Amino acid sequence: MKQYLLAVHSVEGAPTRSDADTQIAYGRVAQINSDLQAAGAWVFGGGLLPADSTTVVRVENGKTTMTDGPFAETKEQLGGFWVIQCADLDQALAWAEKCAEACMEAVEVRPFQEEPDS
Amino acid sequence: MEITNIYRTEYGRCVATLVRLLGDINLAEEAVQDAFATALEKWETPPPNPGAWIVTTARNRAIDRLRRESTREARHAQALLLHQQDEPQEVGPVQDDQLRLIFTCCHPALAPDARTALTLRLLGGLEVPEIARAYLVPEATIAQRIVRAKKKIRDATIPYRVPAAHELPDRLPPVLTVLYLMFNEGYTATTGSLIRVDLCAEAIRLARELVALMPDEPEALGLLALLLLIEARRPARLSPAGELVLLPDQDRSLWNRARIAEGHDLVRRCLRRNQPGPYQIQAAINAVHTDGAATDWIQILALYDQLLALLPTPIVVLNRAVAVAEVHGPAAALAELAEVELPGYHLLPATRADLLARLGRDTDAAAAYDQAIALAGNETERAFLQSRRAGLDPHPR
Repeated sequence: MKQYLLAVHSVEGAPTRSDADTQIAYGRVAQINSDLQAAGAWVFGGGLLPADSTTVVRVENGKTTMTDGPFAETKEQLGGFWVIQCADLDQALAWAEKCAEACMEAVEVRPFQEEPDS
Repeated sequence: MEITNIYRTEYGRCVATLVRLLGDINLAEEAVQDAFATALEKWETPPPNPGAWIVTTARNRAIDRLRRESTREARHAQALLLHQQDEPQEVGPVQDDQLRLIFTCCHPALAPDARTALTLRLLGGLEVPEIARAYLVPEATIAQRIVRAKKKIRDATIPYRVPAAHELPDRLPPVLTVLYLMFNEGYTATTGSLIRVDLCAEAIRLARELVALMPDEPEALGLLALLLLIEARRPARLSPAGELVLLPDQDRSLWNRARIAEGHDLVRRCLRRNQPGPYQIQAAINAVHTDGAATDWIQILALYDQLLALLPTPIVVLNRAVAVAEVHGPAAALAELAEVELPGYHLLPATRADLLARLGRDTDAAAAYDQAIALAGNETERAFLQSRRAGLDPHPR
C-alpha cells in the first residue's frame, strides 16, 4: 500500500464562500471521510484554521526563534488535508477528484516517501 | 543490418513485457539492452521468433543481475518474478503489455512534453539523441524529461494497466494526442526543413498497434485513418526543387494508393459504427480530399460544420474558413475569420492573405503575408509564403 497526501489549497483573499455553500461542503466532506474509512483508505485528515493563526519555529545553531505568520508569503495556503492509503496513483487521483468536488478547492496529490527498510 | 530492424520493431514490445515482469522501467530497459547485446554476439542468423528470444534472454539476464544486487527495486523485481515461476520458460512479447505501457507513458499526471519523449523512447525505441534531433531541443533537455517522468512513475506509483472502460473517455485522448502531435511534428516540423519522415512512420506504427489492441475504439481507428490519408499525399507535397505544393496543384499520381485505400477502408468502418469524434471527422475530411479527381467542397464544409460542433476551437474555425471560401467565396470566409485569434500561428495570417489576394485587396494581402512570414518557423513554408507575396500585383488599384 502506498500513502498519499491530498492537500487542499485555498487562495487567500478569494471571495468568501456563502454559509449555504460552506454547509454543503461540510456535508460532502463528512460523507467522503466515511467512504474513505469504509474502503480502508483512511489514514488521517482534517481542516486547518486560516494561515494567520500560524507560528513558525526555527532552530539554528542551537538557538530557537519563533515568528508569527506562515512560512511562505504566498497567496495559496494549505487549507486542510487527507492522508490516504491505496494501491496506486490512479486510485489516489480518483479519491482526489471526489475530495476536490466536495470541498470546492484544488487538491494536490503527493506520494509519501517509502519507510526506510529495517 | 537485420538486427537493427529487429531492434526497431521489437524494442518497445520487449520493454513493455519486461516492465510487467520486473515492475520497473529502468530494470526493464537494462535487461532488454543486455539481451540485444547478447544477440549481437550470438546470432549468426536471427531466430524465427526474435522477440521471444529477446524477452526470454532479458528475463534470464535480469534474474542473474538481480541475484547480485540488493537495492529495493531489485528485491521488489525478484519478488515479482518469483510469483511468475509457473509461467512457461519461453516467453514472448505480449500485446497487452504495450497497451498498458502506452497508457502509463501518456498518463495525465505526466507533463505533456514528457509523455511524447517517453513514448518515443520506450515504445518507439528511439534513442535520446534521435528524439532531441526530431524536436530540435538539446539532448540534455530530452534526457531530463525522460528521467523525471520515469522517476514520477516510480515515486507516485503510476500503475501499468489499461484503464477501465469508464476511465477511457479521460485516458484515451492523451494517448491519441501524443501520437497525433508526434505525426504533426514529423509532417510539418515547427522549425528547420519541412518533413521528418521518422516521426511520421513511428506515429503511424504506434497508431496501428493501438488499433490492433483496441479494435473497437472508433477514435483510434479515426486517428490511424487520418494519419494514413495525410501521409499518402506526402510524396506530392514538395516539388523536385523542394518547394511546397498546395493540394489543388499536387500531382495525384504520386499519392500512395495503398495508404489511401487503407485510410478509406478505415473511414468506412468508422461510419458504420456511427459514434463520430474529432479524429474520425478529420479522417473523413481527408478521405474526401483523396477521393476522385476534384474535391467535393460542399461535403467538406458539411464535415467541418460537424467538427466545429464537437470541437469549437479557433483552429477548426480557421480550417473551416478554407472550405467556406470554396463554397461561398473568399469574402464570406474572411468574415468568418474576423474574430479569430491564434497568437503566433502563421497559418492564420497566411490564410487571410490568400483570401485578401483573391478579393484583389493586394496591399492588405501583402501586409498579412508579411505577418505570416515573420511567424513561420519552417524554411519551406517561409519560402512558399515569400513566393506568394512576390506574386501579388505590385500596383494594386
